[in-house]
Amino acid sequence: MAMKIGEGKFKDNVNKNLEDTFMRGAVAGAQERLRTRRLDAAEELGNWEEWRSHGEEIRKHVLDNLDYYLHELTENVQKRGGHVFFAETADEANAYVREVVNAKNGKKVVKAKSMVTEEIGLNQILEDEGCEVIETDLGEYILQLDEHDPPSHIVTPALHKNKEQIRDVFTEKLEYKLTSKPEELALHARKKLRQEFLTADIGITGCNFAIAESGSVGLVTNEGNAGLVSDLPKTQITVMGMERIVPTFEEFDVLVSLLTRSAVGQKLTSYITALSGPREEGDADGPEEFHLVIVDNGRSKILGTEFQSVLQCIRCAACINVCPVYRHIGGHSYNSIYPGPIGAVLTPLLGGYDDFKDLPYASTLCAACTDACPVKIPLHELLHKHRQVIVEREGRAPISEKLAMKAFGLGAASNPMYAAGSKMASAMMKPFTKNDRISNGPGPLKAWTEIREFPAPNKERFRDWFKEHEKGGGNQ
Amino acid sequence: MKVTLFITCIVDMFQADVGKATVEVLERLGCDIEFPMGQVCCGQPAYNSGYVEESKDAMKKMIATFENAEVVVTPSGSCATMFKEYQHIFHDDPIWRPRAEKLAAKTYELTEFIVDVLKVENVGAKLSGIATYHPSCHMTRLLGVKDAPMTLLQNVEGLQFEPLPNAHNCCGFGGTFSVKMGNISEQMVDEKVDSAEKTKADFLIGADGGCLMNIGGRIERRGKPIRVMHIAEVLNSR
Repeated sequence: MAMKIGEGKFKDNVNKNLEDTFMRGAVAGAQERLRTRRLDAAEELGNWEEWRSHGEEIRKHVLDNLDYYLHELTENVQKRGGHVFFAETADEANAYVREVVNAKNGKKVVKAKSMVTEEIGLNQILEDEGCEVIETDLGEYILQLDEHDPPSHIVTPALHKNKEQIRDVFTEKLEYKLTSKPEELALHARKKLRQEFLTADIGITGCNFAIAESGSVGLVTNEGNAGLVSDLPKTQITVMGMERIVPTFEEFDVLVSLLTRSAVGQKLTSYITALSGPREEGDADGPEEFHLVIVDNGRSKILGTEFQSVLQCIRCAACINVCPVYRHIGGHSYNSIYPGPIGAVLTPLLGGYDDFKDLPYASTLCAACTDACPVKIPLHELLHKHRQVIVEREGRAPISEKLAMKAFGLGAASNPMYAAGSKMASAMMKPFTKNDRISNGPGPLKAWTEIREFPAPNKERFRDWFKEHEKGGGNQ
Repeated sequence: MKVTLFITCIVDMFQADVGKATVEVLERLGCDIEFPMGQVCCGQPAYNSGYVEESKDAMKKMIATFENAEVVVTPSGSCATMFKEYQHIFHDDPIWRPRAEKLAAKTYELTEFIVDVLKVENVGAKLSGIATYHPSCHMTRLLGVKDAPMTLLQNVEGLQFEPLPNAHNCCGFGGTFSVKMGNISEQMVDEKVDSAEKTKADFLIGADGGCLMNIGGRIERRGKPIRVMHIAEVLNSR
């Protein structure tokens, strides 16, 4: 699986997913829970707006000085005996990991949750080499068992499934015989996964934030699986997006505070792990060998553009959890492992407009995303910027729309044309009007009236009334 | 106080009653209303669809039309937001940017103007029944006007309030989104109408013509008995 998770057209995906009442119920319920918990957690912390500004500052500072911090991080990882590899493309990253795995004769790989490894399609590459790759995040594990069902959310990847569906997957794939109680399901998965941790050759993790000053990799989980993935196998590989750096543990603290609250409404997650290179003398545990793979894969091309702020993202999914469009169409409609508002901004930048030009239009620009973002990415403005680029720079808008907008530009800006047009509207729409309503409108009104009534234009426009009103003396 | 009215194209053409109510409410509060006939559309439909260049002429026309106003008042949170957006759109334009900044500084949404500028919280309106309120996205999140409508509505005699479930969710209008992504928009507006029905309200009140055209149009299509009212009409009820 790479970033692109389907071949269907966006419209077709939407039509299909709107029919999926199970998914829509699960998503709406999850949105309401997560939104409330996030707001409560923010209020409990206090001064949320100041925290957001601080988070934004940290992320901006790192992006503006990314070369410096990448250098510092690399030096400090190497000082601790770790290896660092810069991958410009997904292929380069995959090839490096494959080489390390092969050099260690790795047959079994356990993985902690990582969006960037999904983005580059790493699992497939390793499986093609004959490796057994096991996702150990519970959500990812469920999806992997279910014939590699793609994630529909960046924090809770199996959000689209309810517990009965998960029970069915376990029954079919794991000889599970109990009920759909989450505790029983989780216990069963835990037993299975323990064996995998103990017998794995290689552990692969993602990275929430790398800490430049110490050369550490910071990981946030609720299941403790990242600790096991990194401690038990002899070789550990961490794959990170090149922008996921903080200068010191002080900034790590701020961003983790924002991340866990925004993602799941928790003060802290159950486990916060900082991995600092391979095992050193006297260490009780840890891998013998450590590799850090820093992935560009299109990110450096976003730096310095009007879209740079999207790289501030800390992958908390708060924007997804409040998006009223995602609420109805679910994550799979976006055809990308990055769904929702952040996905609709990021995916076309990483994957191009050919496959993803519909995504920036999958928004009412209601700005709920911008409001929720803990690092103040102006998501709705970036969605709008995409539209502008698609229309003006890429010239990809439909001709009919272009003509309509051109006409709008002329008509709306010219007072005589606006005045004449608005005056004629009532007479023009008369054949379609019944009881001051248009139920089956012509041309561009058709799409509107398929769903709703459209009001007939007023015979007496407001401006006509006002002229008379003024003659009558207005207020006097 | 002399008030220059930016009525919005939706109200001018489709919701003249909202415009009349706006004038009557403001006049009753002692305002002297001026309506420049040169006003057109604020450009938002084209702008939001990505046609920034195409919409600039309309914006310039509006900036010039309202240049001499003392204050500009509009019965739409979204269109007021657009007036405030001009300064960012003309950010690199040395001629239009300062003019746009001046316009932004003197533009108010209707309820914001009544509560924050006129310092009136009770306009003496009367309307009996149960009401629920849909807070429009641009008005609350971008313009930042959250409390003024509720302050005014709570002082309407006879009106009883029921909170709208999931009020924060967009109604699915989104300008061209409503037709471009019609099937998604339909689900969003249906959820909004379902929520309104749950409140058993007689009136669904809002402060933005676009959202109300969307929600109201869907309510009519479904044949439901909730009456959709613009807040100006509520405040003008006697």
